[in-house]
This record gives sequence, structure tokens and C-alpha cells, in this order.
Amino acid sequence: MGYVLEKEGMNQVLSNLSENYLIYAPKLYVGGGRLSDTDCVRYGEVNRIDEIVFDRKSEFSFKEVLTPITQTLFYYTEDTVKEADGPKKGAVIFLRSCDLHAVKRLDDMYLSNGPVDSYYERIREKVKFVLMGCSSAYDNCFCVDMGTNISENYDMSIDCSDNNYRVDCKSVEFKSLLKANAIREEEVSPAYVKETSTHVHIPENLSAEVATSSIWREYDSRCIGCGRCNFVCPTCTCFTMQDLFYTDNGKVGERRRVWASCMVDGYTEVAGGGCYRQKYGDRMRFKVLHKVLDYKERNGYHMCVGCGRCDDICPEYISFSTCINKLESAMEEVSSNES
Amino acid sequence: MDINTKKLKKNAFRVTKERGITASRVRVPGGRMDAKYLSAIQHIADTYGDGTVHLTVRQGFEIPGIPFEKMPEVNKLLQPIIEGLDINQEVPEGGYTASGTRNITACVGNSVCPYACYNTTDFARRMEKAVFPNDLHFKIAFTGCSNDCAKVRMHDFGIIGMTVPRFEADRCVSCGACVKACKKKSVSALTGVNYRPQRDHNKCIGCGECVNACPNLAWTRSDKKYYKLTLLGRTGKKNPRLGEDFIKWADEDSIIRIVQNTYDYVKQYIDPNAPGGKEHIGYIVDRTGFEEFKKWALKDVNLPVIAEVAENIYWSGVRY
Repeated sequence: MGYVLEKEGMNQVLSNLSENYLIYAPKLYVGGGRLSDTDCVRYGEVNRIDEIVFDRKSEFSFKEVLTPITQTLFYYTEDTVKEADGPKKGAVIFLRSCDLHAVKRLDDMYLSNGPVDSYYERIREKVKFVLMGCSSAYDNCFCVDMGTNISENYDMSIDCSDNNYRVDCKSVEFKSLLKANAIREEEVSPAYVKETSTHVHIPENLSAEVATSSIWREYDSRCIGCGRCNFVCPTCTCFTMQDLFYTDNGKVGERRRVWASCMVDGYTEVAGGGCYRQKYGDRMRFKVLHKVLDYKERNGYHMCVGCGRCDDICPEYISFSTCINKLESAMEEVSSNES
Repeated sequence: MDINTKKLKKNAFRVTKERGITASRVRVPGGRMDAKYLSAIQHIADTYGDGTVHLTVRQGFEIPGIPFEKMPEVNKLLQPIIEGLDINQEVPEGGYTASGTRNITACVGNSVCPYACYNTTDFARRMEKAVFPNDLHFKIAFTGCSNDCAKVRMHDFGIIGMTVPRFEADRCVSCGACVKACKKKSVSALTGVNYRPQRDHNKCIGCGECVNACPNLAWTRSDKKYYKLTLLGRTGKKNPRLGEDFIKWADEDSIIRIVQNTYDYVKQYIDPNAPGGKEHIGYIVDRTGFEEFKKWALKDVNLPVIAEVAENIYWSGVRY
């Protein structure tokens, strides 16, 4: 059963939720953009429903809640180690269908890909998801082609129109709260995107052979290796470890893990000074094929969810979706090389 | 022919090489205007001039080949441009009221350029409203960042955009992009400490390269906009020189006030025998000493706490 709430009711719901949860949603950071006098929509804590930006795609994804950009794992003194505490409260995350599909990728990476990552698990088990309906696609979205435009596995869904909020609830925990604050009950199903202007076609015969194609060379000079595409991607999970000693007391310190990027210098550096994938085109190849080839070979479904944030953010206007669409001819190229 | 050349010069016309022929000088404060005024300028050039227009070095249009007797008609045609560009004017349809204080120029600014730290055109227009018309010879220019594409250091007052970079440590991914950008493109104010950048505020020129380079918005810009005010650069015959830093991290209101105060200072100290009543401010300051100038310039100015004012300034340049 669904509920219709007005702004006040919705704010009351958020207020009650905030007793046990921190509420994260895309919000507007005025003046928070990279360039002067530009704003940024990204994830942050919200208290009121009108802080949430419903009509724009967030520049960064929700993933910084589940996998913090910087996460201290433990502190060490001269002879003791203390594990860092996890968050005391749970989290309610407002996100779109593509991102909810990305959660499955994060779960598979952190919970099923070898031993469970306890730092991820202790955050993840206290997270509830609110699906934000998408009535239409944004620039560079290609969720329909990736099959991520519809989600069922939400705790709540929300669509807003004319200051009314239409909420579907699948979590028993929240039903009474919604009922108490709704102006009426009715069937609600979240809006979803049926058509995008950006399309991708991943060739059926795509194989690792495509690595030898010449298409990657274009990116040697176009890409600047900044890593923005990785940092905004809801499915990139790479991190690196940093052990550091505090500057005022060099005998104590902490180990933290920090997001890493396969596009940024240093990612493939190894002991002894070796460094692989030095060319930006090779990094692009690695990233693209991870998203639409080798991840699927392991997990049975594509990693990329088609949110298009990598296209939105690239300062060099490199389009990931355009690159995917070159793979078919790239396969033809490498096949003809063999014969 | 009887023409008052003093009056026509003040009216933004020029005495040209060719007897009886003048040129009209159209000012565009901040260097930006609605494109529709181009057709008005074309009309004047075609009707009264020789059909050409010179793009001036101070972001104006000079329409040459106009007979002196056509000046009143040209002034009438200039009226929509003067009004449209919101130029202060004493006599409606009388053209420009003064020409001593030069057009206030600006680089393209942050409405277009990713490096600019503020809207140069808006600030230039605000300055124009505050100081024009005035017969004193003042040159003021605005540039978005320390690249100084507007060459503001060749002006009496140069305004350079600054931002105080804010660092959110937990968003830093230790990619090194900011440190590299600062070192290669700016002044090496960033060094890596414990995998993260540390900023030397004394070195930092507030250019924002770190913010532009950061892939994860660990660096962002300050809410408030700040400016570097450079002083008394000049071209010319005796001692051309670049303007030197007067105030770092100044605010908009203070800069307007300082320029207005300087008009009072110049009125007090200008050489009464200066040819055409025109003397570069720098030569006046050379005469009175910087301390006296500073006393006048900073009268009733409330700078932000962060602002740093130069104790003294020693200009160099070429001396003849």
C-alpha cells in the first residue's frame, strides 16, 4: 500500500527517522561546484524534504555513505591497536534506480567476493533505501539499456509532484510512521525511465581480445588521468591503504583506507618501481572492460549501471557510452587481424 | 572653423591628424554588451564616419572619419548605447560627460572562463557607476585570476580575483592533482603531508588551481570572493612599470572605496601645471610618498580580517 504525504507530513517522517538514522540524499551545495559561482548536487545529510534535490542528477553517487571516501580502520599506539568505531546510527539513503542497482554491485564486491568486509558490513546492515522515482532520463543516462531502470528492492519509494509526496513502502518498519503522517492512502508505484536518448550496445561476442584494438589509442592523448569518472561512479569500489603517524606525536597513528582510481597515476605501481598501464588509453581500456566485460564473466551481470555520471563529469568530454558503442567495430578489427 | 578642442575631448571625441575630422569613442565598461548595440555603432560609422571601426585597446569602439559638425548628431545616436550600457551622463543626448577616467576594462570573467574567480564584468560595471564621469586620468582594470589576461598590472588599479581554497580532508583521495597543479601552474603553495596537501597561506595567491584540479571536491571555493588590488602600474614615457601588490584578500566594497578615496587624494596633490590637467597617479605618489597616499586611500575603509596590506611599495620598471 502507498501513501500520499504533504510537505509537513514528510518532514515529520524524516524527523522521526532521524532518531535512529542519518538521512542522506542528493542536496544542493550552493557555490560548492568546482568553478566559480557554480553549485553542486551531491550527497549529504538532510533534515527536511525540501533539502533533497529531485530534479537533477547528483554529480557524485550515494556510495560515499556505504564506502566512505576516507575510512579509518584502526588506530595504533606504541603497543595497542584500537579498531575504529562504526557509525552509531543507521542510514536512510535516497537514491535512484540505477544507484539501487549499484548497491547490488557493492554488496557482491564487499560481501560475496571472498571474505566479508566487516567495515562495509557494519554500515550496510543498518542502511535503508528510499527509491527516488525518475519520470524521465537525464543527459547521458542509459539505464534502460543496462536494465537498471526499474527497482523493486527498496524499503520506500518516493515521487514528488506539486509539493505532494507519493510514497510506496515495502518495509514493515516504516508503515505505521507513514500512515500516521499521510493525508491519504492509495496505490503507488514509483516512476521509472522507459526511454533514454543515449543508447549503448554491448556486443555479444565481446572478449578480452578487444584489448588489442586500436580504439584505445585515441584516449592516450584525450584522457588526462584525473580519475573523476571513477570517483563519481556508483560501482567503482577500489581503495588503497594509508598508514600514517600523527605529526604532533610520531608514535601514534592510524590506518585508513581511501578511494583509489584505476585512471590515476600510481594505481599500478608495484614494489621495485614497476608500473603498468602507463598510457591513459590502457587505463581507459581496463576501466571500460571491467565495467562491461570481465565483471560480468565473474558475476553474471554487467557492472555498469548506466547512470552516465562519468560522461557528465569528464573535463575532456570523453564519453564512456560512446566508447562502449565503439566495441563492436573494435571486435571486428581484432577478428580481422587474426584471420 | 571654430571648435573648442578641450570640450570635444572631454566629450569623448578626438582631435585627429586630419583637420576638421574627429573620431567618436564608445566605452564598454567591463568589455561586454548586448550584441544589438553593434548595429547602432555600425549605423554611426556608415552614416557619419568612414565606414570603419577601430576596436580600442581599452575595450571600446572608436569610430573615425566623423566631421566635427556632425558631433551633435552622433551624440544623439549614441544615446541608446549610453543608456543601454548604464553610463552615468549629465546632459541627455549630450554624449559622454567625461573622458579622463578611462573605460574600465575586464577579462571575460567567470561567466565564461573556468579559471576566473568572479564576474569581472559585474564588478567593472559597479566600479564604472562609482567613478564615472570624472576628468581625472584613472585607469582601472579587472581580471578574473592571477593569470592576469586583462594586464591589470599596467593600470593604476588592478583587481585580480582570488578565492580562499577550503579543504575537506575526508574527501581527499591523495591523488596529488592539487599539489601538481599548484607547483606546475601556480606558486607551489601546497606540499604533501601524511598523504594530504597542506596549504601555505602566506604563499597562496588564491588562484583556485587546486580547486579546479581536485577530482573529488575535497577543495572548494570560499563563499566570499576576495581580490588582490595592485597599484599604480603604468605605461608612458618617463618610467613605465608594473603595478605592485597593495592588498591581498581585499573585498569588493573596500576596493570601490579606495578608488574613490584616491580621487580625493589626486585632487589635493595633482600638479596644478600638469599639461591638460592630466598626471598619472603614480607620479603624484612618487612626489608625496606612499605613506601619504596610503593614509588617504584607506580612509574609512573596513577591510576583512583576512586582508593583508603592504607596509610599503617599491616600484621598479624602466627609468629614462
